[in-house]
Amino acid sequence: MLELQNINKYYNPGTVNEMCLFHDFSVKIQDGEFVSVVGSNGSGKTSMLNIICGSIPLDSGNVLIHHEDITNMPEFKRQRKIGRVYQNPSMGTCPNMTILENMSLADNKGKSFNLLRGTNKKRIEFYRDNLRTLNLGLEDKMNVPVGSLSGGQRQAMALLMSTMTPIEFLILDEHTAALDPKTAELIMELTNKIVTEKKLTTIMVTHNLRYAVEYGNRLIMMHQGKAIIDEAGDKKKSMRIDDILSKFNEISIECGN
Amino acid sequence: MLEIIIEIIISILEEGFVYAILALGVYITYKILDFPDLSVDGTFPLGGAVAVMLILAGVNPIAALFVSFLSGAIAGMITGIIHVKFKVRDLLSGIIVMTALYSINLRIAGGNVSIFSKQTIFENKLFDRLIPDTLDGYIKVTILFVIIIFMKLLLDGYLNTKSGYLLRAVGDNEHLVTSLAKDKGLVKIIGLSIANGFAGLAGGIYSQKSGFFEISTGTGAIVIGLASVIIGTNIFRKARFKPTTAVILGAVIYKACVWIAIALGMESRDMKLITATLFLVILVLSNDRRRRVKTNA
Repeated sequence: MLELQNINKYYNPGTVNEMCLFHDFSVKIQDGEFVSVVGSNGSGKTSMLNIICGSIPLDSGNVLIHHEDITNMPEFKRQRKIGRVYQNPSMGTCPNMTILENMSLADNKGKSFNLLRGTNKKRIEFYRDNLRTLNLGLEDKMNVPVGSLSGGQRQAMALLMSTMTPIEFLILDEHTAALDPKTAELIMELTNKIVTEKKLTTIMVTHNLRYAVEYGNRLIMMHQGKAIIDEAGDKKKSMRIDDILSKFNEISIECGN
Repeated sequence: MLEIIIEIIISILEEGFVYAILALGVYITYKILDFPDLSVDGTFPLGGAVAVMLILAGVNPIAALFVSFLSGAIAGMITGIIHVKFKVRDLLSGIIVMTALYSINLRIAGGNVSIFSKQTIFENKLFDRLIPDTLDGYIKVTILFVIIIFMKLLLDGYLNTKSGYLLRAVGDNEHLVTSLAKDKGLVKIIGLSIANGFAGLAGGIYSQKSGFFEISTGTGAIVIGLASVIIGTNIFRKARFKPTTAVILGAVIYKACVWIAIALGMESRDMKLITATLFLVILVLSNDRRRRVKTNA
């Protein structure tokens, strides 16, 4: 279980631009949940992910994983249990390293990066089988630098790499936003497949309302640092895009735009 | 005539090989870590000062080189700590260490020191006995060749280990290193240590080759290293061999260019001017700087 307790987060504290994003924000995410998070720009979606991962500091509040307080744990240590895929496809891979080298790196997560050979030859077939599931032909380009692949191919690899070793939480930060509609569809299906197969607790931030409705078993809509919609189970299943859209319109009117 | 040409080639190779070791270190920081590390201007003479003083104290010249490497590595580690832990900009961290080392090097060596008549890795009783006098002119270049090949293979080998993969990853995309649950700062510190170890070793070898230590040998070391890396990796961009080989060839080509400039009538006091001009020409021709500036903007 992942918990955010009484989170307070200010941006630019002590200046005229001071902005309170989260005021006493709390949320609990149960094991096995696949949460879609929607909301307008600046509503706190990505900040929430950054707080969970430890990428940005908190003003107050606690982050807990399985009741263990990890608020002061540095970002890199938290990542042992977390896999993260970013909006920018180049953030999840090393462009100057080959596909094989990238897969080897990902495979070694959680283990020691010592002076043994970087690529374990016995694992190459395993990587190849993994890549084959993507249906992108990457299994035949093992020695090609990842930088020469397309954004979609890189994002597929990033997804594969972030979920290769046993993790508990998968954090998806608008991971289909930079892709063309067809590739986005492909990555989304792949995501769902991996999440279901590996039974990962997942938080997916997306601007695509259809994905938010179609995938996952819980939906949260953020607005000004609060969850204004939070539905799970059957209620989530019965939600339609129009429901979310009308809520969007409602808050937009409140804001006066 | 032939003899003169051979002599020239050998002296270019000798100089080239010494600076190639330095260039391998700069390759780690500049190309792999993407870290403009100026501390080599201090760690190169540091290695020299340490080697000279140890040899004067009667230490085995090979052991002295190990200490040269170690001293450079420690200084590099300090640059890394200043950058990572105290969050000082990369360029400034290097400048701080470089500046501090100038005084430290003078403290260690106490000024310019000569080790003529002392045993070095190039001149010792063993070689006197084994190698006929007619081959004396080839001893240095051969030893340097063996050292540079050894260091190159060592570096190639390291870059292919898990730890080496991580080093390459941190310069390529540091977010990925964090995602792998590894401390990217620590990886950078390790990289800077290795790189400056190479610079220290190069300085130690340089002083043993020339037979003296001079505080000014470090000035411009970074430029020579950078020029070698950029020449090598650009000329041999499409070559089939490894970039480390390209860097070694780059150092030799650079030294050949300097020799040509001197042969054309430039004086040795013009050295730095030649260096700066060559470096500028190389940067403009290779387009290297412009690309980097753009991607970082």
